[in-house]
Amino acid sequence: MITLQQMLLLSGALFAIAVAGIFINRKNIILLLMCIELLLLSANFNFVAFSRYLGNIDGQVFVFFVLTVAAAEAAIGLAILVVLFRERRSINVADISSLKG
Amino acid sequence: MLVTILFYAFAAALLAAALGVILCKNPVHSALCLVSTFFTAAAIWLLVQAEFLAIVLVLVYVGAVMVLFLFVVMMLDIDIEKLRSGFTRHVWLGVATALVLVLEIVGVVVARGLGSHVDMKAGMAPVDAAASNATELGTALYTKYVYPFELAAVLLLVAIIAAIVLTMRHRQGLKVQDIGAQVATRSQDRVRVLKMPAEKRE
Repeated sequence: MITLQQMLLLSGALFAIAVAGIFINRKNIILLLMCIELLLLSANFNFVAFSRYLGNIDGQVFVFFVLTVAAAEAAIGLAILVVLFRERRSINVADISSLKG
Repeated sequence: MLVTILFYAFAAALLAAALGVILCKNPVHSALCLVSTFFTAAAIWLLVQAEFLAIVLVLVYVGAVMVLFLFVVMMLDIDIEKLRSGFTRHVWLGVATALVLVLEIVGVVVARGLGSHVDMKAGMAPVDAAASNATELGTALYTKYVYPFELAAVLLLVAIIAAIVLTMRHRQGLKVQDIGAQVATRSQDRVRVLKMPAEKRE
């Protein structure tokens, strides 16, 4: 039997790993995008856990919308990344500083 | 009992794959680890009987989003060594943040139990064996949430158009047929009749 506590702890550990990944891979935009996907996955874990725990389908509907928005975000983020690489030949976050005064 | 063992096995695989995503040197390996993360997450969702979302996670994420990630990672010529510089300098910061987050979550979930009215030790709600998860989800989606559902469709359309417009480019010097120019051309612009005296034969 899987308890609510186990699911919440697993999702918390996944969230912590993803946040650590954002700190560690600060320079690589692709890895930052992947870490955002992990963060959204851990949020989805909480939605699924509470939805199943309460026996209420609404949480799973919300996961559906989060998946939609995450897919759109990944598509546009990667498109911006491709355009950026074409312009600068680099995806280093430190190189993107043209708005700096 | 079997479910619990499977849960712990998949949870360990999930966390290991997630660590692989953030620690791998090569972005392609990171993307493959992310695929494995989504697979194990889908398995855990199957274990808690959210079948439809588990399948959607595999189809949408592994099938579409991760393939997109892999395409982009392989298309870009990235200097990994330069991007990895400063990696060890920020590891302690990442680890410290992760530890603080884990402690906070354990504090809220285990020590406080999310307040008094939630029974953390209880299992998932019982599922009616005759009811299908997909049917339930579809009923909610097409009745109560039909308006947000259509908004989500519009959002995806906007995302498609944005991605295509952003990445489309017109390269200079490419010899492409311009049909508009071909149709609009007139014979008097093309052919010029010159009047010149004929040369005398000697």
